[in-house]
Amino acid sequence: MSDHSDVLHQVAAWSRTGVGVALATVVSTWGSAPRPAGSLLAVNERGEFVGSVSGGCIEGAVVAEAVAAIADGKHRLLEYGVTNDRAWEVGLACGGTIQVYVEKIG
Amino acid sequence: MKPELLSQLLADVEQKRSVVLCTDLASGAARLVHPYAPEAGVDPALVAACREAADADRSQKWDGPGGTVFLRVFHPPVRLVVVGAVHIAQSLGRMAQLAGYDVLVVDPRRAFATEQRFLGIPLSTEWPDEALKRIGVDRRTAVVTMTHDPKIDDPALVAALRSDAFYVGALGSKKTQEARRERLRRQGFPEAELARICGPVGLPIGAVSPGEMAISILSQLVEKLRKPAGSKPA
Repeated sequence: MSDHSDVLHQVAAWSRTGVGVALATVVSTWGSAPRPAGSLLAVNERGEFVGSVSGGCIEGAVVAEAVAAIADGKHRLLEYGVTNDRAWEVGLACGGTIQVYVEKIG
Repeated sequence: MKPELLSQLLADVEQKRSVVLCTDLASGAARLVHPYAPEAGVDPALVAACREAADADRSQKWDGPGGTVFLRVFHPPVRLVVVGAVHIAQSLGRMAQLAGYDVLVVDPRRAFATEQRFLGIPLSTEWPDEALKRIGVDRRTAVVTMTHDPKIDDPALVAALRSDAFYVGALGSKKTQEARRERLRRQGFPEAELARICGPVGLPIGAVSPGEMAISILSQLVEKLRKPAGSKPA
């Protein structure tokens, strides 16, 4: 089974049980980003997640934003990279930059 | 994303239809576009952009009249048809499944095509040309022949060459390949068409064991899929 199908099925499974879910999607990358545009990460309100938007370096930050999106219902466009002023916190070790769109399902 | 849209998207994924999820990054508004069977009333420029993204299998942003839209391409898995339920096919089938591909092993010789030898891999004992006709070979299908028997391999190669298959491979030595090319030439295939056949099959990495042969073939298949001639490197 393919990556994206696993992630979408998990989103549907969480939604069916009434758990809040958000979906994060890599929408663009510059430089040596580890995962291409279109990569998916699904997060539930408890902070559990499937899929990936990076090699693991920014998953923590994206999961936190996704949990916030589930709470306030607002979609977000996030950017991470070495030029980001939060780079010391969640920068990409590979030196790339990625933009991630996060939205609540429902 | 609305739950109804997610359900529609999942239905397309499960029924193996290519679909593009188009999301306006400013407003969050989203819709599905079927790039190869576009619904009526969709902006033709958006359909064209979806088609381009789908052809390249590359999800990307599109600057539309109303703002930036992210086009997320969902394709059914790449299909690999292995003709010949031989030893190498056992490794190739399992490895291709790990890579996320839909595998079908075809061999009309029932002694070879047994479930015991191909646990968890879909098998068919049809003649390969019949099997290829039934499944409908498209531009996301690869065909590799492995029997060394012209009665089985040749009809498969003829069907593959007449299709849009992105990868056509034929196991066999240089001598075998030349004899095969000569037979296909006599069937009317021009040199440009015969050049589509990768044979000897696989990248030249010095593979010896069946597992190594499978790696060499899969590597060449990925290269044809992701770096087709004339394309920019991914």
